[in-house]
Amino acid sequence: MLGLRTFRHGIHPPEWKAATRELPIRQFPFAPTLAVPLQQHLGSASVPIVREGESVVRGQPIARADGDLSVPMHAPATATVKRIAPMPGIAGRMLDAIFLEPRPGSTQETPDGDPCSLEEAAPAEILSAIQAAGIVGLGGAAFPTHVKLRVPDEVRVDTLIINGAECEPYLTTDHRVMLEQGEDVLHGVRYLLKATGAERAIVAIEANKPDAAAHLRGLIEAAPASPEGEVSVEVLRVKYPQGAEKMLISALLDRRVPSGGLPLDVNALCVNVATTAEIGRLLPHGRGIQERVITVTGPAVRDKGNYRIPIGTPLRFLLEQVGADPELTRVFLGGPMMGAAASSLDISITKGTSGVVAFTESEAERSRRREYPCIRCGYCVDACPMFLNPSQLAVLARNEEHERMAEEFRLMDCFECGSCSFVCPSHIPLVQHFRVAKAALRKARES
Amino acid sequence: MPSAPGTLEIRTSPHVLSGYSVDTIMFNVVLALLPTAAFAVWAFGLAALVTLTAAVASCLAAEWLACKSSGSPSTLGDGSVVITGLLYGLTLPPACPLWITAVGGFAAVGLGKALFGGLGQNPFNPALVGRAFLQAAFPVTMTTFTPAFGAERFTTLPGTSLAPPFGRAEPDAFSGATPLAAWKFDGELAQTSDLAFGLVGGSTGETCALLIAVGGLYLIARNMMSWRIPAAMLGAVALASAALHVWAPEAYAPPLFMLFSGGLMLGAVFMATDMVASPMTHTGCWIYGALIGAVVVVIRIWGAMPEGVMYAILLGNAASPLIDRLVQPGVFAPPAAESAR
Repeated sequence: MLGLRTFRHGIHPPEWKAATRELPIRQFPFAPTLAVPLQQHLGSASVPIVREGESVVRGQPIARADGDLSVPMHAPATATVKRIAPMPGIAGRMLDAIFLEPRPGSTQETPDGDPCSLEEAAPAEILSAIQAAGIVGLGGAAFPTHVKLRVPDEVRVDTLIINGAECEPYLTTDHRVMLEQGEDVLHGVRYLLKATGAERAIVAIEANKPDAAAHLRGLIEAAPASPEGEVSVEVLRVKYPQGAEKMLISALLDRRVPSGGLPLDVNALCVNVATTAEIGRLLPHGRGIQERVITVTGPAVRDKGNYRIPIGTPLRFLLEQVGADPELTRVFLGGPMMGAAASSLDISITKGTSGVVAFTESEAERSRRREYPCIRCGYCVDACPMFLNPSQLAVLARNEEHERMAEEFRLMDCFECGSCSFVCPSHIPLVQHFRVAKAALRKARES
Repeated sequence: MPSAPGTLEIRTSPHVLSGYSVDTIMFNVVLALLPTAAFAVWAFGLAALVTLTAAVASCLAAEWLACKSSGSPSTLGDGSVVITGLLYGLTLPPACPLWITAVGGFAAVGLGKALFGGLGQNPFNPALVGRAFLQAAFPVTMTTFTPAFGAERFTTLPGTSLAPPFGRAEPDAFSGATPLAAWKFDGELAQTSDLAFGLVGGSTGETCALLIAVGGLYLIARNMMSWRIPAAMLGAVALASAALHVWAPEAYAPPLFMLFSGGLMLGAVFMATDMVASPMTHTGCWIYGALIGAVVVVIRIWGAMPEGVMYAILLGNAASPLIDRLVQPGVFAPPAAESAR
């Protein structure tokens, strides 16, 4: 472990990955109704291009991108469009969605679209193809990938980092994708190198996935050197939040992204490994995202595993299929550190869902989370990867001194990784205080 | 599957916690103090046992009363007041009159903690506030020490323990000087091994430096104590006294004597490290520890009293908010405009 590259500070939560890391990706069945939300990504919502009652073929675009910061949606199944109506999003807000009823007896084959050839396509054409495939960051942020990859003329990217750290506890999707779709990953890397003009790509993997690192290294050695740039694999120390962009860049390149800046400011770009695999898998066929790999796990789940799940699958159907405890009390989408709690089971799996983790918690377990006053232990200061002082920020948050939090104590550098809240022995909801403060600041600055 | 609204618990991330809580930390500190307390009872017998019991009981009573009178829920369960009681008891002379012990216990929790708003609010280590209160009120009693390993220590209680309130403390036949006082006033130097193994007289829990260190190492291993504070404090004392000793060996005690005598070890490991009253950053802890160590040497060598650990730590506590203000964790990366400049 020692000697491996990493960043400063951070935490070591239990991994909880053992239950699913060995389980190969399995195809998930179609739910009787799929509800595809029109806003699964950051940016403007997609615009439906199908009508109620219309038949759609699996993989066919059913909504178009609304402008540049947006992506199209593709039919996850050969189905009939039942209706276009609002449905609850993860936080409870109603969002429009296309409801599809998969046609029974259909072969569910996906026809090819317009392929994007790695050899022939120009960088701009690759970006257009990535947008056309509806690709967004699959690590959870769901930011449209073609926008992220667009390098301004005056900027030179020397290093492309393929993020396979998967530092969130419980999640094993990136791990399985690297093991089972290694060729897709490396093919995707070549598209990315060409599209961004980067000189080299580094696939960053935490040391708890040695099999994935060895597998990818083997594939790289076996293949002829890629003309787009050198590709290598770097193993990083296991530490949370190693997978955060700023931490990856700090660990691998010893560069620090300036406060309020982007990886581009230090000539780097980070792309999630599952996103990369989708690019490598979909672009040669001109297809779009219809499904994604999700780790379904947690104490309340019987058939834990890594599943390839159609976009739009209702959470309730998913939990029933994996034999979830009917008494479950808590479900969150994504990892336990940064994922969002589901406010209802009537929401859909979206492109940004990397995991579904369910708990059944007793009253006793809940009471253990009782809040104490801050005892100034300094654990949060040691944990914060951005070198903030969460304890001090919490005091200011309580007094609603939001401006001071931002000006003097760099609140806006916080990317809400949750390390401070995790280690706090007083169980103070630090990250929540900071979210509230940031929202208040944004509101104050707008008006 | 739950279908009715309100059956799913919604909480913001992170959804998992480390499992460390305030009461686990406090429980482990008590655990780390037990060897020292047990040794105190072995060395000083019944006197130490009743002193420690009275100290913990009076602190618990004061905390309970403070909660009761302010109408807030009882905070006895978080364990912090047990630490205060134990630490406070360990700083008292073993044969301290019980009524004085009780008064000091109320002062520790009342003046040192409750007055400021309870857990997390105390600017000073409450145990030392109690001890300082007694030092001011009963200076003779606080500096009258029983020798360790008296023959009848398990069968008879020293007369002073049961002295009636405000009665004239009778001069105790047992009383003897601590190694620090013997050095300061008579120029006698105790054996370092006697100091390390606790074969000397002194406050109830300060005499066995080795067991105190064992407790400290346990807490450091569990990441429940800043190792930087004792390191800085002991380092500063060692450096300063070594320099003086080399310069004038007959006038200044050797560093090992300085390290293992008096309340330095107990203070460095268990008192100065009070999380609430010490700085939060690593650099802050180094400054704070070094400051306390320097003050200890100054008081011991040039002060009127033979021992200065208590006042040095209280002074460090007072400086702690200032240190925290001046020493912030650092900056990951400045904004682009600044870094370009």
